[in-house]
Amino acid sequence: MSSPANVPEAPIEFKRNVREALADGQLRRNFRGAMDFLMAKRAAQFPDEDERERLRTFGNQVRARALSRLPELLERLETSLTRNGVKVHWAETVEEANAIVHSIVQAHEAKHVIKGKSMVSEEMEMNHFLGDHGVDCLESDMGEFIVQLREEKPSHIIMPAIHLNAGQVASLFHDKLDVDYTEDVDRLIQIGRETLRRKFFEADIGVSGVNFAIAETGTLLLVENEGNGRMSTTVPPVHIAVTGIEKVVENLRDVVPLLSLLTRSATGQPITTYVNMISGPRKADELDGPREVHLVLLDNGRSQAFADGELRQTLNCIRCGACMNHCPVYTRIGGHAYGTVYPGPIGKIATPHMLGLEKTRDLPSASSLCGACGEVCPVRIPIPALLRRLREEAVRAPDDVPHHLRGQGAKYSAKERMIWKAWSKMNTSPALYRLVGYAGTRLRGLMPSNIGPWTEHHAPPRLAARTLHELAREHLGDE
Amino acid sequence: MSHNPRALANATRVAPPLEAARSYPVKPTDVFVFGTCVIDLFFPGAGMDSIRLLEREGIKVHFPQAQSCCGQPAYTSGYTGEAREVARAQLALFAGDWPVVVPSGSCAGMFRHHYPELFKDEPETLKLVESLAARTYELAEFLLNVCRIQLCDAGAPVKVALHTSCSARREMNTHVHSRALLAQLGAVERIDHAYESECCGFGGAFSVRMPDISGLMVLDKTKALAGSGAAEVVSADCGCLMNINGALEKQGASLRGEHLASFLLRRSGGK
Repeated sequence: MSSPANVPEAPIEFKRNVREALADGQLRRNFRGAMDFLMAKRAAQFPDEDERERLRTFGNQVRARALSRLPELLERLETSLTRNGVKVHWAETVEEANAIVHSIVQAHEAKHVIKGKSMVSEEMEMNHFLGDHGVDCLESDMGEFIVQLREEKPSHIIMPAIHLNAGQVASLFHDKLDVDYTEDVDRLIQIGRETLRRKFFEADIGVSGVNFAIAETGTLLLVENEGNGRMSTTVPPVHIAVTGIEKVVENLRDVVPLLSLLTRSATGQPITTYVNMISGPRKADELDGPREVHLVLLDNGRSQAFADGELRQTLNCIRCGACMNHCPVYTRIGGHAYGTVYPGPIGKIATPHMLGLEKTRDLPSASSLCGACGEVCPVRIPIPALLRRLREEAVRAPDDVPHHLRGQGAKYSAKERMIWKAWSKMNTSPALYRLVGYAGTRLRGLMPSNIGPWTEHHAPPRLAARTLHELAREHLGDE
Repeated sequence: MSHNPRALANATRVAPPLEAARSYPVKPTDVFVFGTCVIDLFFPGAGMDSIRLLEREGIKVHFPQAQSCCGQPAYTSGYTGEAREVARAQLALFAGDWPVVVPSGSCAGMFRHHYPELFKDEPETLKLVESLAARTYELAEFLLNVCRIQLCDAGAPVKVALHTSCSARREMNTHVHSRALLAQLGAVERIDHAYESECCGFGGAFSVRMPDISGLMVLDKTKALAGSGAAEVVSADCGCLMNINGALEKQGASLRGEHLASFLLRRSGGK
């Protein structure tokens, strides 16, 4: 977040990433198969459309209410957590968040950190940061573990290794863990679990994310399916939870609809195998649990989205991943091509607040605005409308930049603006519009056979011999 | 992982709440037709067939000659001011009480759902905009629910795939209306195709800005249509048809998509 002002950042090389991804047939097959599976699982969890739509509306209202009182709820959260013995830390930037984690690590002279799944820690690049400071950081979520072994980043927010098939994981384990090659998925999971099991007891600190932070009770709620989240948050003597400031809700009643929407939309489960509710460190009369619990609340651009009434809806997100599962673009290019921590539709609307529109300038355009994401979003984020809004912000002219958003106007092109001005002039001048249509249809034989990107995949468009305006005038008379 | 694309075809097909419950007027004596710029320049036959279908229902059709484009291309590209001026130019042309029938779901959706957003800060204009939005119907919806059309199939048995078009489906429920109209044709069997509710890759400027992704999307769409066993493809949106037909032609395939209006008119005995 702290890049110096006036230095434009190089954009993510999205188009190059896309070309590479599309050339990888195995990747496309892996994603298509996985996304089909997840779409079917979600659909099976919502057999009653009316119930689903009512619940989505309810979820939207719960999130909107929480965000409308965000500063107040965050303060209440801090008070409740402090009362429960949890130390609360505030970080405006990822650098600040990492510094906080580092100070805790130093205070305990920690050498080994074990992590449950956390996308906020990915935002922070915590593994990399701690590694540079001589601390070994191990992912314990199976997908994250696989991705870490491959020295990759997650390709999906809830299924980090979804870009890989069993054969690829088999080769990885065979190479890196020195085990016999097997494509038996159950056996592969067993190998991973055996490797990780020992590590929980060696770790000095456990790190996790948070799904919902409950202001009234000071509870950190964490869902997972592997038990690694519970191990990471209970076995090591210190637990550090990291989360974004938008994750706060008022009370436990608010969690009920959101939890149901989250698990059904994400993995198509009625509920996850584990639902952890963390309310503080080990008490004097308790036999287990961490002796210290910390919560790091990260802003990282969220307050920029919060300040804009429309874009604030971005923060409704409960990180289920349904938008990417249903996205025809994500299904084809996969998660890595986005070059961002959060890929897919939600990544395209959330990341510009984290990295600025200079860096993310191509992302809002990478959508046909088909609307699949908005249709499945469990908290009714109008993702297509927000993509359109970010396009508007990205192409703002230099004399029309109110500086509400970082990187406004980053995609401005005088030439393109001129083309749209001319287009607007034509479409607001009826005589000119009809003349262009008339001339175009008469000269249609001169249409070039190669018109840039369109003719890579299509025959050239063929103008009609006569326009509808002409045919209608003949048929209906001049009006 | 195992999956069944055919079962999935319907995964996202359910309509959004935008068009939850619309009440329909009785059949009017007169309507406006907004022809759309894509139909005007590339598919005028679809526009004329829409007009003929309405006339066959005993309705007098008015086609204001000063109409151009709904503004959608600029709007979705982020050129909101340019889109607003084009939208403003259409507003006065369709004033009054007559319904406005649009043979394109996405342009109808622009009138109905996006114009109020475009003019939200202009209270005076907003009155005109809200009147237009309330009177705007996608063609299939109008034929089915306002005209209460009864089609009599005059054609030979045929299998047809319907491309439902994303904006049309999500903003105007066009898939429901199109299917109901096709179901009136006794010899027409509507065939589901794989990933029916998935975007064809058009998205207006998206197809030019992101040609690699868009090209792969339309390739998958044309494969699914060709592999469905349908002999004909129909759609109620000419943007998608331009995309799908352009790709089919490039591939050297003989299959072509046809606008729903042309198909319905042809099957039910012409004018």
